[in-house]
Amino acid sequence: MSELPNELRYLETHEWVRNEGEGIATIGITDHAQDSLGDVVFVELPEVGQVLSAGEEAGVVESVKAASDIYSPVSGEVIAINDALEDEPETINNSPYGDGWFFKIRMSDPAELDGLLDADGYREVAEG
Amino acid sequence: MGYRTPLFDRHRALGAKIVDFGGWDMPLHYGSQIDEHHQVRRHAGVFDVSHMRVVDIAGDDARAYLRRLLANDVDKLKMSGKALYALMLNPEGGVIDDLIVYLLAADSYRLVVNCGTAEKDLAWMAVQAEGFAVTIRPRTDLAIVAVQGPEAIARVKTVLDDAAAAAIDSLPPFSAVAMDDTFIARTGYTGEDGVELIVPGDRVVELWDRLLAAGVGPVGLGARDTLRLEAGMNLYGNDMDESTSPLEANLGWTIAWAPEEREFIGRAVLERQRAAPARKLVGLVMESRGVLRAHQIVTSDSAEGVGEITSGTFAPTLGVAIALARVPVAFAGVVQVDIRGKAVPVTIVKPCFVRRGQAVINHA
Repeated sequence: MSELPNELRYLETHEWVRNEGEGIATIGITDHAQDSLGDVVFVELPEVGQVLSAGEEAGVVESVKAASDIYSPVSGEVIAINDALEDEPETINNSPYGDGWFFKIRMSDPAELDGLLDADGYREVAEG
Repeated sequence: MGYRTPLFDRHRALGAKIVDFGGWDMPLHYGSQIDEHHQVRRHAGVFDVSHMRVVDIAGDDARAYLRRLLANDVDKLKMSGKALYALMLNPEGGVIDDLIVYLLAADSYRLVVNCGTAEKDLAWMAVQAEGFAVTIRPRTDLAIVAVQGPEAIARVKTVLDDAAAAAIDSLPPFSAVAMDDTFIARTGYTGEDGVELIVPGDRVVELWDRLLAAGVGPVGLGARDTLRLEAGMNLYGNDMDESTSPLEANLGWTIAWAPEEREFIGRAVLERQRAAPARKLVGLVMESRGVLRAHQIVTSDSAEGVGEITSGTFAPTLGVAIALARVPVAFAGVVQVDIRGKAVPVTIVKPCFVRRGQAVINHA
């Protein structure tokens, strides 16, 4: 089965979120998601400064197989996006939890993290 | 569990992602579909296409039967080994299947038909055979591998015996030769040079292993689709089906109108459509970011009606999205595709994007 770090929180829609501390969170898509999508060829990211609500559409990832919406797991302001993905979208396939991150957000309500799935919960949803 | 080719265990050992394809468990890719695509455009790759069905047709009436059954004319095959791309139509002029027919010997032919349509094809062929002295023999005992790419011929020659290697050297495109139990055809579905090898199912694993040892990379059906689409080749079920006229699928060139007295199935309807088909199959190129996909809607500022993408993809060789789309005949130049509610401009081009590794985009 695919890699599923225990320290992350997850959405049913296959995003992960890492609590970086000091109210900052990093968001990406799971190993399972990149594997299901196949080679990623484009990614549309939110804009820095954009304010997102938890569950709001934050971008699109397009693979050879399908287009998939990306949702923000938490509310807050986007403070950084991973520009390198524009030229090297395959990074999402090669390093979904590392260099393949999508964006960073300054959380307006870090308690939202507690309502998200943990690794076991996500495994049940994603991989049955 | 679906049907499996003799190479199934090899695919799994190579780490293939296995998917259902027309009832068969087939490799989608072995890690990266895009890397496999480039492997074929730049070097040489091998596909297991044993799910496709070989059908041998022989008998005193084999020629007459196929001249009735197929919209292309097997009389164009003047020498044994020559191949012809042909459509099998229904009486309404719709496409039952597309196939390749080889002349093996006088009144002896080999057809290779699609996997998803094979049972339907055989049922139709049996019905149409009434009154003809022919035997129709599905060859489920055979396996097929396609070796494609600029280095394909050189590498295949190293895994066959000297006589077979010499035969490949003198094998013109779209021709085949039978060497013992290896049927070698200089055909393919990628826009690259290469061969398709038809061998007994119990010999294909050894052949596969030797090809891989010779530096030919394994390629899954995912890359097969992006390669054929870059080459502008239709896929049955996407770009045409039983409700599609070949005249609206960029396949008019496969209809042998002459001689006029040849009454192939579907001819009467096609004769009526011939003067003024309502739609055409075109190529689309999108310069902006994103991917074109089947069933997206195409509109034009300067012409009435709507079209629809029949096959779309990201083209790895070109780095942009391309598509085949069936559109009203008046569509030309720049048109729009609806991508998740956004009208994105795309350019209509001749439906061939890449040949022999090079971009060949011609504005229509």
